[in-house]
Amino acid sequence: MPRVSRWFIRTALMYLVAALVLGAVMQSPLAARLPLFRVLWPTYVHLLVVGWLTQLIFGVAYWMFPRYSAERPRGSERLGWVTFALLNAGLLLRAVAEPWHALAGRGAPLLVSSALLQLLAGWVFVVNTWPRIRER
Amino acid sequence: MGVRGEYLASDPGTLGVPRLSVLMIRTALAYLATGFLVGALLLIHRAVPLENWLHRLVPLHIEYLLLGCLVQLALGVAFWVLPRFRSGAERGQEAPAWVAFALLNLGIQTVAIGGAAGAPSTLGLLGRCVEGLAAGAFALHAWPRMKVFRSEDRGS
Repeated sequence: MPRVSRWFIRTALMYLVAALVLGAVMQSPLAARLPLFRVLWPTYVHLLVVGWLTQLIFGVAYWMFPRYSAERPRGSERLGWVTFALLNAGLLLRAVAEPWHALAGRGAPLLVSSALLQLLAGWVFVVNTWPRIRER
Repeated sequence: MGVRGEYLASDPGTLGVPRLSVLMIRTALAYLATGFLVGALLLIHRAVPLENWLHRLVPLHIEYLLLGCLVQLALGVAFWVLPRFRSGAERGQEAPAWVAFALLNLGIQTVAIGGAAGAPSTLGLLGRCVEGLAAGAFALHAWPRMKVFRSEDRGS
């Protein structure tokens, strides 16, 4: 398994644990008393769907999709790392900025940055993966 | 415990991707790119209000990423890697899988664009029914490919 896939999959597992713990906390009686937990629903969903599910798919796809060529079996390894960095930077920024913006009305530049980082991550993944999916 | 993790074929030709899987996986990637774009616009809109109608794209964002990307990617990979038959067509009856591809994307577009355009809910229901038919058609294709291999089947 290539190193970047290991990072994708292990990070995905960490997001899974974090999201499920957050989900449990959001259901607890404590959450009803703290305003923070009332605005965390979108963060929870994106930790689960982007941090866990999408990241797991990115890691496995980078590892197991057909070879691009003998010299560069998985396309650009650099783009694989760029995807990993952009996705996680965007997601972590979102996890901070989204509740902050919802509660205090501040952090808009961080929220915009997180949107652009995640968008770029998705597009870079598509650019790197597309040429590997070819008909036999 | 050591795990052998190399499943890639030794060259591009030996584990080639069938045409339908290429179409499904590339369509899934296109939905991923579009879904992420819409998601980014929605997030930016939350920080810096852009256009009032943008909030109507939330169902499209969800539909494109969950059904268009994740489900379609899974179906495309399944069509490619599920066990194949030794005699006759190696992937069995392909027609239901092609029907599933067409119906799934018709259903996704009906639900997503209908929702974004504020169409009546009956259109959304129709789209969901078409997606359900797509799932049924794919199951019809894939069902016979789920088989327990005996030792003499090894290598097939």
